[in-house]
Amino acid sequence: MRALAPLLKAARTLRGGPAALVLLALVFCAIFAPLLAPFPYDAMHLPSANMEPDAKHWMGTDEFGRDLFSRILYGARISLGVAVSSMAASVLIGVIIGGLAGYFGGWVDRTLMAISDMTWSFPEILIALVLIAIIGPGLGSTAVAITVGYFAQFARLTRAQIIALKGETYIEAARNLGASDAAILFRHLIPNAMTPVLVAGMLATGDAIILEATLGFFGLGAQPPLPSWGAIMSSGTAQIFIAPWVILYPGLVIAVAVVSINLFGDALIDALDIRGKLREG
Amino acid sequence: MGDRAAPLVVLDSVSRSYSAGGGLFRPRRTMQAVDQVTLALQRGEITGVVGESGCGKSTLARLITGLIAPSAGHVRFEDADLATLGAPALRAMRRRMQMVFQDPYSSIDPRFSIRDAVLEPFEVQGIGLTEAEADARVAALLTMVGLDPSLGGNYPHHLSGGQKQRVGIARALALEPSLVVLDEPTASLDVSIQAQIIALLEALHARLGLTYVFISHDLRLVRYFCTRIVVMYLGAVVEILPEPQARPRHPYTLALMASTFVPDPTRRREVQPITGEIASPYDRPPGCAFAARCPRASALCRSERPLLVETAGHAIACHHPLE
Amino acid sequence: MALLTLDTIAVTIGQAEPLDRLSLDIDRGEILGIVGESGSGKSMTALAIMGLLPLIGGKVSAGAIRFDGVELTKLPEADYRRLRGKRMALITQNPMTSLDPIRTVGAQIDQVGTLHMGMRAEAARERSIEIMEQLRIPDAATVHGQYPHQLSGGMKQRIVIAMALMGEPDLIVADEPTTALDVTIQAQIIQILVDLVRQRGLALILITHDMGVVAQACDKVAVLYAGRLAEFAAVGEIFASPRHPYTRALIGCIAKEGQASGSLVGIPGTIPGVFAYPSGCRYHPRCALAVPACAVNVPPEQRLGAARVACDWVTEVAHG
Repeated sequence: MRALAPLLKAARTLRGGPAALVLLALVFCAIFAPLLAPFPYDAMHLPSANMEPDAKHWMGTDEFGRDLFSRILYGARISLGVAVSSMAASVLIGVIIGGLAGYFGGWVDRTLMAISDMTWSFPEILIALVLIAIIGPGLGSTAVAITVGYFAQFARLTRAQIIALKGETYIEAARNLGASDAAILFRHLIPNAMTPVLVAGMLATGDAIILEATLGFFGLGAQPPLPSWGAIMSSGTAQIFIAPWVILYPGLVIAVAVVSINLFGDALIDALDIRGKLREG
Repeated sequence: MGDRAAPLVVLDSVSRSYSAGGGLFRPRRTMQAVDQVTLALQRGEITGVVGESGCGKSTLARLITGLIAPSAGHVRFEDADLATLGAPALRAMRRRMQMVFQDPYSSIDPRFSIRDAVLEPFEVQGIGLTEAEADARVAALLTMVGLDPSLGGNYPHHLSGGQKQRVGIARALALEPSLVVLDEPTASLDVSIQAQIIALLEALHARLGLTYVFISHDLRLVRYFCTRIVVMYLGAVVEILPEPQARPRHPYTLALMASTFVPDPTRRREVQPITGEIASPYDRPPGCAFAARCPRASALCRSERPLLVETAGHAIACHHPLE
Repeated sequence: MALLTLDTIAVTIGQAEPLDRLSLDIDRGEILGIVGESGSGKSMTALAIMGLLPLIGGKVSAGAIRFDGVELTKLPEADYRRLRGKRMALITQNPMTSLDPIRTVGAQIDQVGTLHMGMRAEAARERSIEIMEQLRIPDAATVHGQYPHQLSGGMKQRIVIAMALMGEPDLIVADEPTTALDVTIQAQIIQILVDLVRQRGLALILITHDMGVVAQACDKVAVLYAGRLAEFAAVGEIFASPRHPYTRALIGCIAKEGQASGSLVGIPGTIPGVFAYPSGCRYHPRCALAVPACAVNVPPEQRLGAARVACDWVTEVAHG
């Protein structure tokens, strides 16, 4: 219950409110896509290829006559699903690495941070391309690319939090009671360090959506006929002058999703009063 | 004064040093936070440790409870050398020696309810409790420290400083330790609350037969609360008063007493404050550390360090002690 | 007429009223102690006198503060600022709040002279070093050129006092000036402040929670509780025959020399927060003498000679 309070507070702000509604709607679409979609995402119907939006196909159809609205609904599933789950993995890895580095210090810190900083010094897209070159294109490698591309910032942020919290009396008090390193790290330090990391993770999810879309657009992410937002746009490039809606609508949805995440995240930062902590990383 | 034959804790010329700096252009500097302290704590005693900031009293508290390891010397608790115990054994040993911290505001994890905080000692020590046992323990411990058991569901930020310090005491006593080190437990509390906490600690001492080490900068409080007083200056013990009202013989102890104002305007002191400031522990003078501020200092004091010599329980480290 | 008079002032910060109908006065050559626990309104009183309440979003909402015949609550901020630099000075618990970390302490003392006293740079420097020497700062000329971080807490507090003295003030308000310092340094600083009052005849308001400091230094004492005056009396009376139950309890909280162990009791409960003031006498929930009427009636201040006590029991207590 205590964790919900800042979310509600953020949702009551002018920035956060509409953003929260949009995000809830997108998540709703992603979850219930099979029920909401008027057509299967892969049902081809060549006679109705490249049709303009009308009462039957609200967003028109693509070159194979697939209903664009249905594809975008399913796309929400794939794009959001990949972005959120791989970002969760990235946060998890970052928190563990940053937690260990911050808590133990010394050579553990130097080694772990050297590895994490190495990933941070390259643009995410470059890391993604290298990884895909190794493991081949697909949703799986997109997820790995996002996970690897972003964890360094969470490691940095967690480490800074842990180092600050290590000096708190309740940590010494726990050690005084006989608590082991693991107990101190996982019961006291990481739970208290998590808030800013989770918010940073949420904000980075916006970037992850864009990265997924970029990879999808280049045909390196979701493979046909899977409809990720980037992949849909990719398939629309050939028809950009005949059926611009194929590229327009998914692009619009991506923009709305990313802007909403950023606005809500920003409101959340204020609700939690952690703007300063986010800079520490 | 307890059984002299079997002290609970023995510190055998315990030292602890810290290094700082050591950058590219700065030399590494070492300070002696605690310097060759030898001390025996008898069961049931309340040993007061007084001194000003930087005298090493907080480091000493942590050396006694094994929270930090000495860089030289030995700490023996019930005849077990803490240094030879492995980490798991030392953690188990903590059941017997506990600490109450100075800052009640940050000594409880803000995410823990009071109930969780009071139960943490059992959990940490792997003592499994059923839900009903846990309820009973929480209620008993909170009642023991004078808190309403219904506070268990609250979070630390709902409690006042005095209440939090009571929770800190309940946590320290949960595992029924024989030694409790009190590190300035009332320093950040208002006087009315400070007196409450001291009264509580006195009652618990009598009831549970505890051994206390009471770290404080407040000589007035130490003289009231303790059965003997250890005076520290710049990491070293300069005097041990065998009883709280014993006449001080070290000039520093005397200066401390003269600097402590009596709450009685008819007994104002024409304070002759000792001049100067405490030397930096990184730059400890040779000889007696107090010599630069001492009205009795001689050339000998500046060159040769006085040793702690005990006569009839009253130990003193001074070349020119007061009679 | 007193140098400074607080005439039934009230302070409000938004909805909160941390100070209620407080009257105090102090004359030149006097040391007035203001005691009470945290949340009693001590620091609020200091800010009210110094005209600094707007900094924390507060204001004097009723009553008057007269300083040497001038009504301060209606004074324009520019005039107040001139007053603060010269004729009245504030010393706070943490000297770093008054010192600029990136300028030498000497430059900061000098500046008071050049800015407020119209001194020339060289004269200001001479005067600074002279004051620093009076405050027993060893090797004052060297310290003059040092930065705050190079100095100990006690030395920094002396620098702040030197800055205050540079303006040749009539009134110094010292808010817990020694709380952060070690006892031997505390004794030095209190001695310095007392000497200043005796030698220069300025007025000192010493805000503290330490009854030992009060007994040592003050001439008269105001005991505050939860934003109201509990008792105001000469220091001898406060300690020899405290009249308000809170004053008595507060003195009872300090261990006396030779006091038998187990006899210290403290005051049950805690001081209420500014939004949780009880009705009637605000001390009644913690008071051993409280009767049901105490929860209803706000006790008026009763005059007993020069003293004032806000407790309905006073007459009974005084007689019995």
